[in-house]
Amino acid sequence: MSTEQKELTQTPLLKIWVPGMGSSLGQRRGSSRPQFTNCPTMIVMVGLPARGKTYISKKLTRYLNWIGVPTQVFNLGQYRREVVQTYKNYEFFRPDNEEAMKIRRSCATNALKDIANYFTKEQGQVAVFDATNTTRERRGVIISFAKERGYKVFFIESVCDDLEIIEENIMQVKLSSPDYENYDKEEALVDFLKRIDCYKLSYVPLDEEKDRHLSFIKIFNVGSRYLVNHVQDHIQSRIVYYLMNIHVTPRSIYLSRHGESELNLLGRIGGDSGLSSQGLKYAKALAEFIRGQSIKDLKVWSSHMKRTIQTAEALGVPYEQWKALNEIDAGVCEEMMYEEIQATHPEEFALRDQDKYRYRYPKGESYEDLVHRLEPVIMELERQENVLVICHQAVMRCLLAYFLDKSADDLPYLKCPLHTVLKLTPLAYGCKVESFYLNIQAVNTHRDRPPNVNIARKTEEALQTVPEHQ
Amino acid sequence: MPRELTQNRIQKIWIPSKDDKPSMPRISHGGPHLANPPTVIVMVGLPARGKTYISKKLTRYLNWIGIPTKVFNVGEYRREAVKHYSSYDFFKSDNEDAVKIRQQCALAALRDVKTYLTEEEGQVAVFDATNTTRERRDMILEFGAVNDFKIFFIESLCDDPNVIATNILEVKVSCPDYQDCNKTDAMEDFKKRIECYRMNYQPLDPDQYDRNLSFIKVIDVGRRFLVNRIRDHIQSRIVYYLMNIHVQPRSIYLCRHGESLHNQQGRLGGDSGLSTRGRKFAGALAKFVEEQNLKDLKVWTSQLRRSIQTAEALNVPYEQWKALNEIDGGVCEEMTYEEVRERFPEEFALRDQDKYYYRYPSGESYQDLVQRVEPVIMELERHENVLVICHQAVMRCLLAYFLDKSADEMPYLKCPLHTVLKLTPVAYGCKVESISLNVEAVNTHRDKPEDVKRGPSTLIRRNSVTPLTSPESNKKPRMEGLEDTIFREVTPTQLTLCSPSHTTLALSTQNLKKCSTECHEPPQLCL
Repeated sequence: MSTEQKELTQTPLLKIWVPGMGSSLGQRRGSSRPQFTNCPTMIVMVGLPARGKTYISKKLTRYLNWIGVPTQVFNLGQYRREVVQTYKNYEFFRPDNEEAMKIRRSCATNALKDIANYFTKEQGQVAVFDATNTTRERRGVIISFAKERGYKVFFIESVCDDLEIIEENIMQVKLSSPDYENYDKEEALVDFLKRIDCYKLSYVPLDEEKDRHLSFIKIFNVGSRYLVNHVQDHIQSRIVYYLMNIHVTPRSIYLSRHGESELNLLGRIGGDSGLSSQGLKYAKALAEFIRGQSIKDLKVWSSHMKRTIQTAEALGVPYEQWKALNEIDAGVCEEMMYEEIQATHPEEFALRDQDKYRYRYPKGESYEDLVHRLEPVIMELERQENVLVICHQAVMRCLLAYFLDKSADDLPYLKCPLHTVLKLTPLAYGCKVESFYLNIQAVNTHRDRPPNVNIARKTEEALQTVPEHQ
Repeated sequence: MPRELTQNRIQKIWIPSKDDKPSMPRISHGGPHLANPPTVIVMVGLPARGKTYISKKLTRYLNWIGIPTKVFNVGEYRREAVKHYSSYDFFKSDNEDAVKIRQQCALAALRDVKTYLTEEEGQVAVFDATNTTRERRDMILEFGAVNDFKIFFIESLCDDPNVIATNILEVKVSCPDYQDCNKTDAMEDFKKRIECYRMNYQPLDPDQYDRNLSFIKVIDVGRRFLVNRIRDHIQSRIVYYLMNIHVQPRSIYLCRHGESLHNQQGRLGGDSGLSTRGRKFAGALAKFVEEQNLKDLKVWTSQLRRSIQTAEALNVPYEQWKALNEIDGGVCEEMTYEEVRERFPEEFALRDQDKYYYRYPSGESYQDLVQRVEPVIMELERHENVLVICHQAVMRCLLAYFLDKSADEMPYLKCPLHTVLKLTPVAYGCKVESISLNVEAVNTHRDKPEDVKRGPSTLIRRNSVTPLTSPESNKKPRMEGLEDTIFREVTPTQLTLCSPSHTTLALSTQNLKKCSTECHEPPQLCL
């Protein structure tokens, strides 16, 4: 036991305390990333075609990446399309088609190779193996592969026997796939149904008893029932929670900032000011817009800050205040103009431009902190149907990045201007965005990344992209 | 014209100014619509399957996240009605008198559930009984439909004889029913009791009969779950919680960082380093941890310097959680209490009026802190041995969860510097050991001042968390219409089965009566 302890220093960008003089986060005992899992995880989809495997794969991957877990989908169909350039018909999938079987097996091998590469060379943490994986044999191959390399395996099986849902799926995403480019709709549907039949004969679902040593979740009929077996760690527990909260009922999410605020006019960041006269006009316009949309059972959410509440008040409907929706905390820079920040904290200002996502204001927050803070909001948005979220610039960027699958690099520069409502509607595997500018003048608060982000840059270079203000 | 807004003084919440009173028609009462309408959670399962354990733990969690929840344990109602338990014969399905009594106990409990949910502002009632027959469950569903309550079933299934035997030893043999029995006899009788239920047990059937009900089957102590038709947010949260808890023996160690330079100056918040004494504590903590000889200890700190410095001395890997940072004192950060009193006298007074809800200007309240810290609690449930090195207010929040303390008590829980609290789950509760590591430090605890008057009532908004203590179970459950059947069960032959050493019948009855009123203590409860 030594009473001598290494001095701690705070890393300039992330503001993390580390031992020693260096700013290297590499060799230290303290980790500031939440430890979701201690080894790479393979998520293996299981199920007949048109059961929503790709939908789940993509959505889950989007969520995991957003919360900071590097995740990638490996879709076997794409590998197959690379090798077999043109799809003829369902006969390729017949179990007695030896040649096709060979091709399909080699595609699987290649996909697994790529997964290993993703984990070892690209710092991936989760790989989603999106394929039918309907036989014990195939699953056995995957399990051995993972065991050899020390990867965890978690199966997600989607079981559905509701013909209506299956046909709807086929209409929404199969008919427009590259496979059916030269087919007309009816023919495509017939062919695809025959394709499903090819798999049905050899389909062995995961079994409660025989597979009791495996970790998996079985999803029945788009979420009306789940069977969860042997969840091993935090990330699997989070995945299960996420899957149990998502739904496919059609709905829209409206994102908007508060109306223009008094501090916005002055070019000052943060604070808790009220709406300017233009901001008040926007609040009224927003009320009219919402009425015009005739939305069924709309929920309205605001933050705890005066400007969003004032905006919500104008709607004349019940709304809920979430502290988690408060704007990013700029710490010592609260209520300053960018010019002032440059004058008093030029180094901080430069660091922010160098890595705007991870940069944490002194005694404040970073975009990365914001994402963690917003995760319960996202989870609740997934559970809900029609929602209008009245929030702030940085917060809206984070939410938008989740829905539109934007990277950490793009997130802090997404354009979220004042007085504009974004309407997001889930569609196929993604999200349709409609932008409504409500025609009420407002200042621009968007600051692009300037060309020079060096700490030694001149003031004019630092302030090059600051938007105009009073 | 949108209404003018003012910020209410304690919580710093913006509200329309004409109504500076608690209930606001526009601010919706239901953050994420947590429990609207009320929910009855119905436990299902043979005896010794952990129903009461789950009931109590879940209730503690729901109360801590601000959802008023209460357990209604039918066994307690039965013990009120039938003052002395003789043997498992009571539970035989052909024992007509007993069946009648048990039915009436269930009805009495449901009556109290209704009162709690409709007249006492309860939001969730946990109906803790075996509920193993369709007939009983259908009766409850009818009750729910008539009163517009949502029903959510939690069924616990387990056939591992080792688990069952352990349960019986831990919480059954010491329960009031077996006061006069030795362990072996109690175990034997209880096993026969289980058999009485097993014959008529109809588990929930997700494929046919119960396919439209909302429920979760917990199989083999959490190895597997079957979740059917989750219908709202609260059911989703309950399922998530149940899937994260476990029963592995372990201990959670809570302590604060070592004394900091700010502590010495009486300053709040900030991000200062350890004082000399603080560093000494860090060294002592390292030694203490080593001596505890723990398997796989996880160490968590906040992202503030003083807690990290403390962890560094342990020489083991640790994880930094921003969520564990001390409460944000806003404009009062780094001031001494005297300075706060001088510069912000009104704020200073307001804080004493309502320390739980009080939010520092541009800072946080305990209420904010609880919400911030909830993911840490969930993660603590998942893990086994953990040492959390945090801060005074944060530690109070965590402690309130483990020890079932309300929002009123939380800000005044004693969490002195240089003291480790070791929490070990035991039976239905938590054992606390307080270990002072014998390194001097300043005292940072401020008691509630005597002369403080409670201010205007604070806004309760459901999406802000307000921990409650789990309410006392009904000590004297109302048992209308049962007076005439109460003492019928006491017969000499049945008594001797349980207590060969007791001779006088009258004396025994008296003793038992006295004992049963003394024994309303948390650990000893059974069906």
